[in-house]
Amino acid sequence: MGGYQKPLPIPNEDTKPFWDGLKEHRLRIQKCCQCGQFRFPPRVICPYCMSLESQWVEAKGVGTVYSFTTVHHAYTPAYEGEIPYVVAIVELEEGIRLITNIVGCRPGQVQIGMPVELAFEDVTPEFTLHKFRPVTLPP
Amino acid sequence: MDTLRGKCAIVGAGETEVGRVPGVTGMSHGLQAAKKAIEDAGLSNRDIDGVLTRTPFCDPTLCYSLLVAENLGISPSYTTDLDTCGATPLTMIITAVMVVSTGLCRAVLCTWGQDKNWVMKQGIPTHGKPNWGSEDFAYPWGFIEAPLAFAMAARRHMYLYGTTSQQLGTIAVAMRKHASMNPNAQIHDPITLEDYFASPFFAEPFRLLDCSLVSDGGGAVVVTSAEMAMGLRKAPVYILGVGQHNFAHSYFGPLEVITPFRKAGAAAYRMAGVSPHDINVAQIYDCFTYSVLVQLEDLGFCEKGEGGPFVEGGRIELGGELPVNTHGGLLSQAHLCGMLHITEAVHQLRGESCERQVENAELALVTGLGIRQAPFGTTGVLILGKEVS
Repeated sequence: MGGYQKPLPIPNEDTKPFWDGLKEHRLRIQKCCQCGQFRFPPRVICPYCMSLESQWVEAKGVGTVYSFTTVHHAYTPAYEGEIPYVVAIVELEEGIRLITNIVGCRPGQVQIGMPVELAFEDVTPEFTLHKFRPVTLPP
Repeated sequence: MDTLRGKCAIVGAGETEVGRVPGVTGMSHGLQAAKKAIEDAGLSNRDIDGVLTRTPFCDPTLCYSLLVAENLGISPSYTTDLDTCGATPLTMIITAVMVVSTGLCRAVLCTWGQDKNWVMKQGIPTHGKPNWGSEDFAYPWGFIEAPLAFAMAARRHMYLYGTTSQQLGTIAVAMRKHASMNPNAQIHDPITLEDYFASPFFAEPFRLLDCSLVSDGGGAVVVTSAEMAMGLRKAPVYILGVGQHNFAHSYFGPLEVITPFRKAGAAAYRMAGVSPHDINVAQIYDCFTYSVLVQLEDLGFCEKGEGGPFVEGGRIELGGELPVNTHGGLLSQAHLCGMLHITEAVHQLRGESCERQVENAELALVTGLGIRQAPFGTTGVLILGKEVS
């Protein structure tokens, strides 16, 4: 059985702009029209001021590693060839955090606080995922 | 405003055989545990007029609590399923106290039963049940399970405070030591720190021995008013304080090393009128070794960042200053979402814990923890005592 076996998102009306943005290699995040706060994941209502008005803004694509873990356990057979891989929470310059993967370096080189920049991986014809790589390769 | 302190008591507690128990359904475990708890109280099913449960994780049933009640021949005056994920047993106690103290019910059964079909389907990335609402922004990147969130929280703690893997391993060793003294435990063989470091990495910094078990089994308690408890079979275990606090943000928030336990614990201590140093035994929700460490800080047993040194030197073992999880916990007895943390606290305060008995146990603290929307998303804290005054 071929094809992409890892989990894929199921977009809905609220989240579709995010996935469409990634497909265009843009990282779009929501900004409240009333109070200006960024929020993630996409939500209908602002958790700060309860405004229902928001806009999508393209993030700068830079941030730092807030925390990370090197995964050694393949949850599904799709990950057998991937382990060990790094899952991280990256804090964007805009102040919001994403769950993502760190690529472009060995797992042992990832550190909390490491500056990272956006990359994209077109995993299927329909879906693109954001990834992050070190701005400068660590020693 | 009237306090709930001492208005209710746990009068019955029961556990089934726990571990890997093939051929028994989760419903059956829950009913067997319910029977044990009701009979432990010296009551019959006809005395129970409230039933609280949690619907099975991967086979959700509409109003499962009423199905359980039907099986037990009970027509309840109050019944519902509850869900604060792993903290649900604590939420059951809080709900039972509210229901009894307002006069809606005389005797509330809180029961939990699970089998492999409950648990094994969890975390599989199918976007089916169960889900926590933000899987789309986690599963595609291989973040498929709660262990990763706790692992990342643990790594932050190590980064900020110098907490070590050795300190996490010390917790695993202590839990296994207690399980080795518990005839009803999934694993009995003691482990050493060498065994801990030899255990393979799961998601760094966690090794397999940092992670809780997958278990079958059931546990239940019966809650009544303090007045009714006086006339029943065993010495009442009084509910002196309860507290709950929950983080609204998800994995994408502060991921924090300061958890909702600060507020939940403060509420429980305030209601009970006690302080951390009054607690004789603590049953702390141990989904991971790190979970214990950070709760000890936020429940006031030590300062923030000092959880690592606190667990060293046998302090949390039987015979130490604050025995933790005298039954072996989720890490070594069984993972039934902490229902057995409640029953173990009851046994300790009644003097029923045999080889695991903490001398002069008068006050016990129990916690519950769930990963809903954040690694420390839902919490519950319970303070139990042998006396009301």
